[in-house]
Amino acid sequence: MNINDSVLKNEEKAIFGMRSLYRKYGYSQYKMSKFEEYDLYVRNKDFLVSDNIISFTDTNGRLMALKPDVTLSIIKNGRDAGDVVQKVYYDENVYRVSKGSHAFREIMQVGLECIGAIDDYCITEVLMLAAESLRAVSRECVLDVSHLGIVSAVIDGMGADEGLRAQLLKCIGEKNTHGIRALCAENSIPAENAETLIGLVSAYGSADTVLPALGTLCTDEESRKCLDQLSDIVAALNAAGVGDTLRIDFSVTSDMNYYNGIVFRGFVNGIPTGILSGGQYDKLMQKMGRKSGAIGFAVYLDMLENLGDDGEAYDVDTVILYTANDDMTALRGTVRMLTDAGQSVMAQKSVPEKLRYKQLLKMNGKGVEILETNA
Amino acid sequence: MLNVALPKGRIGEKVYSMFEAAGLECPSIRENNRKLIFENPEVGVRYFWVKPSDVAIYVERGAADIGVAGKDILLEYEPDIYELYDLDIGKCRMAVAAKEDFRDNPRKTLRVATKFTNIAKTYYTSLGRDIDIIHLNGSIEIAPILGLSDVIVDIVETGTTLKENHLAVVETIVPISARLIANKTSFKFKNEAIEYIVKKLAGQESTSGDKENNA
Repeated sequence: MNINDSVLKNEEKAIFGMRSLYRKYGYSQYKMSKFEEYDLYVRNKDFLVSDNIISFTDTNGRLMALKPDVTLSIIKNGRDAGDVVQKVYYDENVYRVSKGSHAFREIMQVGLECIGAIDDYCITEVLMLAAESLRAVSRECVLDVSHLGIVSAVIDGMGADEGLRAQLLKCIGEKNTHGIRALCAENSIPAENAETLIGLVSAYGSADTVLPALGTLCTDEESRKCLDQLSDIVAALNAAGVGDTLRIDFSVTSDMNYYNGIVFRGFVNGIPTGILSGGQYDKLMQKMGRKSGAIGFAVYLDMLENLGDDGEAYDVDTVILYTANDDMTALRGTVRMLTDAGQSVMAQKSVPEKLRYKQLLKMNGKGVEILETNA
Repeated sequence: MLNVALPKGRIGEKVYSMFEAAGLECPSIRENNRKLIFENPEVGVRYFWVKPSDVAIYVERGAADIGVAGKDILLEYEPDIYELYDLDIGKCRMAVAAKEDFRDNPRKTLRVATKFTNIAKTYYTSLGRDIDIIHLNGSIEIAPILGLSDVIVDIVETGTTLKENHLAVVETIVPISARLIANKTSFKFKNEAIEYIVKKLAGQESTSGDKENNA
């Protein structure tokens, strides 16, 4: 059966595009149950976007949850396998509380995970697939990339305690440079350290413009090493043809108890929030008893229905009115003829209220007459 | 076209003047009428007046690319936006206030009346203090007077209202002022225009201390 592209919704088109893309790079589909043991999420609560979980008691008395996340299940069910990197993708529904409505929502999520001995090739491949996933949604897209190692080195240099660290990270995520300055002043952190962090947070733009300016901000060995890695990855992504999508943005932060290294967020023009989120999460792997590293991302498709003007001018091309006295064979023949010609046709005894159609026909004996044309 | 959500009231008018001085003028906004949306296609800007507490929602949801909201609103609702600049106007503070003779009894749960439940909860959690939140929508000051609460958490500007009701500030939680905020997606796709405004606003001196919320 041939599927007309126009009948697919934005999110359906994106899913098909992404599945085909991930398969091309050797990722296999990971299928899982809708339910997972509640305990898995309780142990890793901070990793979840929202800590509200729908739970229920299974018939055997175990406390279960409708899964709010896919990554944890994939890690839990995988095994370390030396040099072999596990490459999987998924499209699953997850159940989370929507921030705006404070109510649970079913969210369609597509993503991939690359688990094992992660090297720069794996990181580059995942970033390239993230950029291509955004392009599958819209050509007007941006992938913001940060390196947590650089941000972490600057904050470590300040000698910030846990509380201050959390406050600084919040300000970084908001691009709140005045907040960073105030926090540093309150905590007697030298102004030059504050200005380095502000310099990082303010440095937004294409890699060509931002990376050369970072040399003066990354002065210690650790952050220089991270900057070199970021530069190498960006060069590889430029060679892969997705460089124009990339922006360097150190305001992309993730919980540093779980994430490390490269982290990224994806945006498309017309959707007010980020639709893609990902990064390296070696620390989560360690917490879950795994020895290997990992990187992955998820694309949230629930916002895609608002992308672009999906409103069609007509509900149906043709409405054919008929009565019980009309010849049903002639009616079936007419409907078949019009659908074969690519039209959508609705046969009705009277016109449904508020239905928008291009033309209105009426069976007339064995033929049809045109009552109204709107197109 | 850059969509700008301005808070209705004196702060909004002052903010518009700052935007006007930055070259984003829209003369029709100064006409005396009841319109809510004003546009100047020549400079590519559209302003709209919204309730101050709603500005962050318009920006977070992308109906506005940028807007100006009080830090109190940002702390209370924690919208997912960028906070790009402290305009240093509408300055006041979020404070704990109580009757002048109030003495805290740590053995009792503290009853806190406030419009800002998130701010109050976060503050007292940081102190490890057990509280009973009483959410009120206005006239917060009468809660301790009538025995409804032990303290209030509210915005304090000059302290005159508190004084007239025999209340006093017990503790300042956080200073408040108006902030320029931006939608995260708009920041990516209208970056040049937004960065230009931040730069222009940063070049302007704050000359007045007008406030909008008075306690």
